[in-house]
Amino acid sequence: MNNSWVDLHALWKIVVVGMICGAGLPALFAIGLRALSLPRSGQPAGPTDDRIIGGNPVGLAAATVCFAVVLAAIGWGIYIIVAGT
Amino acid sequence: MVLVIVVVTALAFDFTNGFHDTGNAMATSIATGALGPRVAVALSGVLNLVGAFLSLSVAATIASGLVDTNLVTLTVVFAGLAGGITWNLLTWFFGIPSSSSHALIGGVVGSTIAASGGHAIKWHGLFAKVIIPAGMSPIIAMVVAATGTWLVYRLSRGVSEQVRSHGFRIGQIGSASMVSLAHGTNDAQKTMGIITLALIANGTIGAGAQAPFWVILSCALAISLGTYMGGWRVIRTLGKGLVEIESPQGMAAESSSAAVILLSSHFGYSLSTTHVATGSILGTGIGKKGAEVRWSVAGRMATAWLVTLPAAGIVGAGAYGLAHGIGGTGGVLVVLAILIGVAVAIYLRSRSTAVSHDNVNAEWTGGVAPPPATPVEPAAAAA
Repeated sequence: MNNSWVDLHALWKIVVVGMICGAGLPALFAIGLRALSLPRSGQPAGPTDDRIIGGNPVGLAAATVCFAVVLAAIGWGIYIIVAGT
Repeated sequence: MVLVIVVVTALAFDFTNGFHDTGNAMATSIATGALGPRVAVALSGVLNLVGAFLSLSVAATIASGLVDTNLVTLTVVFAGLAGGITWNLLTWFFGIPSSSSHALIGGVVGSTIAASGGHAIKWHGLFAKVIIPAGMSPIIAMVVAATGTWLVYRLSRGVSEQVRSHGFRIGQIGSASMVSLAHGTNDAQKTMGIITLALIANGTIGAGAQAPFWVILSCALAISLGTYMGGWRVIRTLGKGLVEIESPQGMAAESSSAAVILLSSHFGYSLSTTHVATGSILGTGIGKKGAEVRWSVAGRMATAWLVTLPAAGIVGAGAYGLAHGIGGTGGVLVVLAILIGVAVAIYLRSRSTAVSHDNVNAEWTGGVAPPPATPVEPAAAAA
């Protein structure tokens, strides 16, 4: 479905992919940050804990995955710019 | 002679485009303290430079598709640029983030109408490629940013305040850099297109030719230098005026801007980076519970957006009328002199209410310029 005034074909893709990248990536970053700051098991966690790296190995691994996906998406974005069109 | 004036004027426009739009990428990072004001504009300037070189395939002429290029003369291009520059300077003075692309398009369309009448304008192209996307892009950006902000706050609930703001400041630097890069690829291209159009109109290069390397280089330098100068007035409005921003909101806003700008140019949907950035920042205000959105500031901006095309068009048409009325190189020179006079006048006027890297983050008190009585805190501003 398309008409000459509004390029709906491009529009819905921008909305959907824009949602995934523009809102999804910061959300993933937030998950990564939360995982990274998880405290080591056995230690009490509290809102006063201000260390970014909490030391939980599972959290650390999860955070690495999250941040890797975010970085990969940025790389993909730059690739799109360079490749043009 | 006229060609040289047109090229220099185009570069001047590119420069105003740069400093007008620094805020699109960097306003939120400066407001949250993720980057120092001067570091932010330097980073943005460099990335604009890189961006301008990254993608050359888009070398799209802004005018083709909007006006009948056969009817475009050097004087028309010059008058259009005069309209664009005047509007950019005026909106900068009032701290309104209006679209530089619209200023340019409005100027060129206005001068083309003055020169050859309304039939020289491809109205369908103007609506389908400029006006309708302008209405939709800020809304898309706003929805994406609001969703992103909501998700980010929801997902980082268990994280302490300090960790959160520190972590997201790092994220902000990355996302703001992407916006700067995207801006360089988009907006520098527009001036390259205008200069190429002038060269074609002059017969220097053949129709359909690519932009010569010196055009690419000079445009890239002009836009990055402009970005480095930093349009502090606009940065202030975007970073402090619309919404009080925390670093998670800043990152959500910039991610949304970067995604929407890059995707749109990827799918050939032209839009204004300014409209997207403003929409995103508004969205982060909507997405965070309890955040204050200053709708009056937003309303003032929306009004400016609506009048950008016609206002720049009227200036462009007037500039063409004057240049054509006097005729020849003399006419262009007279308009050039007036343009320089207007630019200097606006600049001098702005000195009395200066906004700089020192006071860009001062408390928002309802106006662009912080009241002079407010003591500037160098520590807070430099942080």
